[in-house]
Amino acid sequence: MPTRERNLWYVGGLAIVVYALFPVAWIVSLSFKAPSDIANGQFLPSDFSWVNYQTIISGSASGLFLPALRNSFGICLIATAISCLLAMFAAYAIARLDFPGKKLILSTALAVAIFPVISIVTPLFNLWRQIGLYDTWPGLIIPYLSLTLPISIWTLSAFFREIPWEMEQAAQVDGATTWQAFRKVIVPLAAPGVFTTAIIAFFIAWNDFVYGIVLTSTEAARPVPAALGLFSGASQFEDPNGPIAAAAVVVTIPVVILVLLFQRRIVAGLTNGAVKG
Amino acid sequence: MAAIDMKNIIKKYGDGFPAVNDVSLDIADGEFMILVGPSGCGKSTLLRMIVGLEDITSGDMVIGGKRVNDKAPRERNLSMVFQNYALYPHLTVYENIAFPLRLAKMDDAEVKKRVTEAADVLELHEHLERKPANLSGGQRQRVAMGRAIVRQAEAFLFDEPLSNLDAKLRGQMRTEISRLQRRLGITTVYVTHDQTEAMTLGDRVAVLRKGLLQQVASPRELYEQPVNLFVAGFIGSPPMNFLPATVDGSALQTPFGRFELDERKAAAVRGKELVLMGVRPEYFEDASLVEEHKRHLGSTFTARVDVTEWLGDSQYAYIPFDAPEEVTRQLQDLSRELDSDQLRTQAIVSIDATSRIREGRDAEFWIDTRKIHCFDPASGDNLTRDAEAGAALTREAVEDRESDLARSSGDGDGDGSAARTQVETSSTQAGGGSRRL
Repeated sequence: MPTRERNLWYVGGLAIVVYALFPVAWIVSLSFKAPSDIANGQFLPSDFSWVNYQTIISGSASGLFLPALRNSFGICLIATAISCLLAMFAAYAIARLDFPGKKLILSTALAVAIFPVISIVTPLFNLWRQIGLYDTWPGLIIPYLSLTLPISIWTLSAFFREIPWEMEQAAQVDGATTWQAFRKVIVPLAAPGVFTTAIIAFFIAWNDFVYGIVLTSTEAARPVPAALGLFSGASQFEDPNGPIAAAAVVVTIPVVILVLLFQRRIVAGLTNGAVKG
Repeated sequence: MAAIDMKNIIKKYGDGFPAVNDVSLDIADGEFMILVGPSGCGKSTLLRMIVGLEDITSGDMVIGGKRVNDKAPRERNLSMVFQNYALYPHLTVYENIAFPLRLAKMDDAEVKKRVTEAADVLELHEHLERKPANLSGGQRQRVAMGRAIVRQAEAFLFDEPLSNLDAKLRGQMRTEISRLQRRLGITTVYVTHDQTEAMTLGDRVAVLRKGLLQQVASPRELYEQPVNLFVAGFIGSPPMNFLPATVDGSALQTPFGRFELDERKAAAVRGKELVLMGVRPEYFEDASLVEEHKRHLGSTFTARVDVTEWLGDSQYAYIPFDAPEEVTRQLQDLSRELDSDQLRTQAIVSIDATSRIREGRDAEFWIDTRKIHCFDPASGDNLTRDAEAGAALTREAVEDRESDLARSSGDGDGDGSAARTQVETSSTQAGGGSRRL
């Protein structure tokens, strides 16, 4: 019975994995199909071709794709870094200090997080054009902060709350100032939490499409998701599906690498042995 | 090293509840002071006010002659061992111990020297490069102590440091702490709810109840001359027995019979109607085993034994008795407050391990009436407390401590290095002792 049960678990798990990964596999397969091969009616390409990758990296689409890739990386990394840093201080205060308006800050953060992007993007478009932020990196970094900060504050304050109070108190008794206690004890202990938060924040910024398409007009600031929507085929009768698939694969790679890289850090949890468990 | 003086310390929380209520306590330089009481009595709060982790609502906290009420913990130069040790999990044992020194920006050579010394004293040498997560409970405890002793703090503060260890290790660490304190001669404040720790470690013990200081005295005085019902019931295990007694001239009429009081005690209870007679279990004995020359110092009575417990070195007999409902309720309230729930009114009696008294039978007991106390049932005050005898006991303890301190500093001229060599030589002797344990 236990073996049968285990087999059932395996089958079930496999089904879920296939269900979740099939679209990814499809995109990968699609990216290897030559333009003439796209409608071949089968899952695998008739023969593997790198032509789509050539198109986006050195061919006709490279003018659109490469600057967008650079923009996406730059904007998302900066937005992530700023939001993690700010969220760290905010979350520390929320987790540790008792001040009036604490609840208000948390609920406002939540409200901002659930606010529909589409409803603020039009006013933002007008505002940005008037103050000269339209089609610039800061013009995207600022709205990205509004997406990433709330979630960062929430996850980080949960992490900080799990660090025993005694850690800091011990540090203070040992002669540390509040800042030293934060820097030498709390930050190292919260490192897994900060990594997790950074990854989540990066994904959110990386995946954004609406801000990217509305608040940019040239390759000066246009991120990848927006650029993908502007791909065109070699002629007006040809769909740009192949290059889009190739670009999608390229865009997915950093995310996968990030997860693989930090997976162990996220899971490990550094607080083992701090206190009697 | 410094004395700690507390004057009318009050701690009120937001809801106005006084967790610590008007506590005044003088802790002498080099003294080992225990704060003890049932959970929620404010002992930890008081300790945290000394170290500065808790604000003081009113009163003066004076450490080494300076008022420290408004000073941050790091300016008070005290070291503390937390209940859950609070080691830094991301640092090695070496860096954990070195942490206070690093914060003081001490140079590497000096840090190394001091950490090595602390590791010597606590036998942590082979663990210096490990992380706290890989240590056992006792080792973590020693690292926490290492972090406390590595710098020259004004005083050590312990917040229930042994409550997370198993019983055997607890006994071992208890003697270790006692030895360390005597060797270093540093003022120590130690919070515990365990009365064995309170009795064995402290020069003096402060008993707290609901934020109020009940009695500050040497363990012996607390045991023999408790100031009220609460202290009498809290100190001692098994606890003191309280029997309802009506005053009848110079004698007490109790469920176990009539007991004559000596003149002093008779005078103390004169005019009272009902009192609670407090008798420790060991003031009873199997009457057949009492030597003839002692017999006339107490009285005997016969009672039916409910249960006996033979423990090898001692034996306990449980004797149920009837009490007026009012007294029963009061005794139950008291036992609940002392974190134990006694369901029935019964006396616990310690008898010789060789005694043939068996349960379910009538037996004759002897009671040492010289040592009984009488308590006012309404206020709980000890009516028959001999303040002078108590003070004499505490004086003895103070003298013992002073002679201990004089011995531990030896021919030391007050210079740190001389004191340290002393520490090292005695630590090697101590090492042999602790291995034997």
